[in-house]
Amino acid sequence: MSLVEVIGLHHRYGPRPILQDINLSIDRGEVFALIGPTGAGKTTLLRIMDLLEVPSAGEIYFDGKYVPRSGRQRFAIRRRMSFIHQKPHVFNLSVCDNVACGLRWRREKKNKVVGKVGRILEMVGLKGYENRNARTLSGGEAQRVALARSLVLEPDLLLLDEPTANLDPVSAEKIEQLISQVARQGNTTMIMATHDMAQGQLLADRIGVLLEGGLVQTGNATDIFRSPRNREVARLVGIENIIEGVIAANTEGIATVEVGNDSDRIGIQAVSDYPAGKEVYACIRPEDITLALSSTQSSARNSFQARITQVATLGALSRIEIDCGFRLVALVTRMSAEDLDLQVGGEVHAAFKATGVHVMEKGS
Amino acid sequence: MTEIWDGLTRAIELLVSLDPEVMQIAGRSLRISGTSCLLASLFCLPLGSLIHFHQFRGKRVLINIVQTLFSVPTVVVGLFVFVLFSRAGPLGVFGMFLTPAAMVIAQMILITPLLLGLTISALSGVSREMMDTATSLGASGFQTAWLVLREARYAVLAAVIMGFGRAISEVGCAMMVGGNIRGFTRVVTTAIALETSKGELELALALGMILLLLALIINIALNRLQQR
Repeated sequence: MSLVEVIGLHHRYGPRPILQDINLSIDRGEVFALIGPTGAGKTTLLRIMDLLEVPSAGEIYFDGKYVPRSGRQRFAIRRRMSFIHQKPHVFNLSVCDNVACGLRWRREKKNKVVGKVGRILEMVGLKGYENRNARTLSGGEAQRVALARSLVLEPDLLLLDEPTANLDPVSAEKIEQLISQVARQGNTTMIMATHDMAQGQLLADRIGVLLEGGLVQTGNATDIFRSPRNREVARLVGIENIIEGVIAANTEGIATVEVGNDSDRIGIQAVSDYPAGKEVYACIRPEDITLALSSTQSSARNSFQARITQVATLGALSRIEIDCGFRLVALVTRMSAEDLDLQVGGEVHAAFKATGVHVMEKGS
Repeated sequence: MTEIWDGLTRAIELLVSLDPEVMQIAGRSLRISGTSCLLASLFCLPLGSLIHFHQFRGKRVLINIVQTLFSVPTVVVGLFVFVLFSRAGPLGVFGMFLTPAAMVIAQMILITPLLLGLTISALSGVSREMMDTATSLGASGFQTAWLVLREARYAVLAAVIMGFGRAISEVGCAMMVGGNIRGFTRVVTTAIALETSKGELELALALGMILLLLALIINIALNRLQQR
């Protein structure tokens, strides 16, 4: 049963369209991640769903009831949700008063407020901070205050706008742990905007991709990460290899995609139902490509001799750019890059499975 | 030169010995200006919030006018209150002319633009996101306004202190509608003006030092608030 439903939502600031024809239904207890690049309209969509902003067109239903564009009923529904901003925006009050704000505004009894605030501060690990001014806290602590301030209200719907974007990795992990703890309890439906794909994958039951104001694709993490609908989504979810080609043949679901320039056509084997002659993109995740010094080690259908054109180290991983008639980027651990002695100009064998290639129609 | 020096030493004597006349005048100044500042704050803070939180036609113009009136000459306000409260004026029946009450009213009018303007700019210092955060935590319009006022409390308090400073240091209104009646409406500034013209520099200097001392205390208080 859906808790929030958005139908035909459009929004514009002046003449500039921000959101276009958004249709979305979020189930009770679900954790939904909204991913998209900066400026895609994630924040605006969250603000509209938090009833902070009235959309230019479209309807919102909350718990089966139509949400009016103004008035007491809208206010009553807003009190069943809460919003976590990217920046914590703590009030210039003590931690305790910050967390108690929402309860006091709802005229909760004093002793109840004290109990609830105490429990929630313990949960977010800020016990003992009650009387500190919230402005003197670090970014991570302030974000935990913001989280506590919302969670103490036991909202039906929690909206999170890039809750970890401004935090160091350790603080971000704490916030993520809290979010997943709340998610496991199952009473709170969450919609979370993020540009961190891993975070979306980690925390969300379902993911929606927002690009230039349109909801391009929704599905579970595997759908989005393995079968992105178009080139932009593929780029967004970290598929670096998007190779233009034409289906040359298709036998029982195994297609041969011809790539490369006219003089030097190369066939890539891929699992696909597209018929011969179709213009397509072949998408290969860089971590799905294995590099080896000789071809015998691999059982993958695609195996190419390649020359290394670039090597870059990214933390524990090495990003290897190779030329095997077409350009490919592979990610291997730094250890194996050292073991294989991968150097610019060196020869290497690149292999990937036919199931590791996602084929999508060109122009989609 | 010796005259000034003598005056100065005599003035310090008056201060140190807590001369009853000096203390009385200083006390009256504090009382009158404190009252006018308090009363003006009571309606300027809500009114300033109202202006800040509502969008209406001519808001920009109104704020510009208010800011222009920051520097309204004290004698103009004095004249206005004089016309209203003098025996023949429309409010003359209340018999408030040449009383501390008339001075309080004049000073309230004098500092209202300052308090309004500074309250509005203090509230503008609270970000839009802060208000949205309150709204999304379930605050009603009034609750949000109260929170913003609390967020801006130091800046608002600074505005009130500025208003008090202007009230206690002005001489035009106090002279014109108070009349500098000894033991009744004589305040620090009017006393200084009178004693100086009489050539009695020591009392004038003593009172002047009190005023400077007050200004210093106000400044220290303001500075400390702004550092919070």
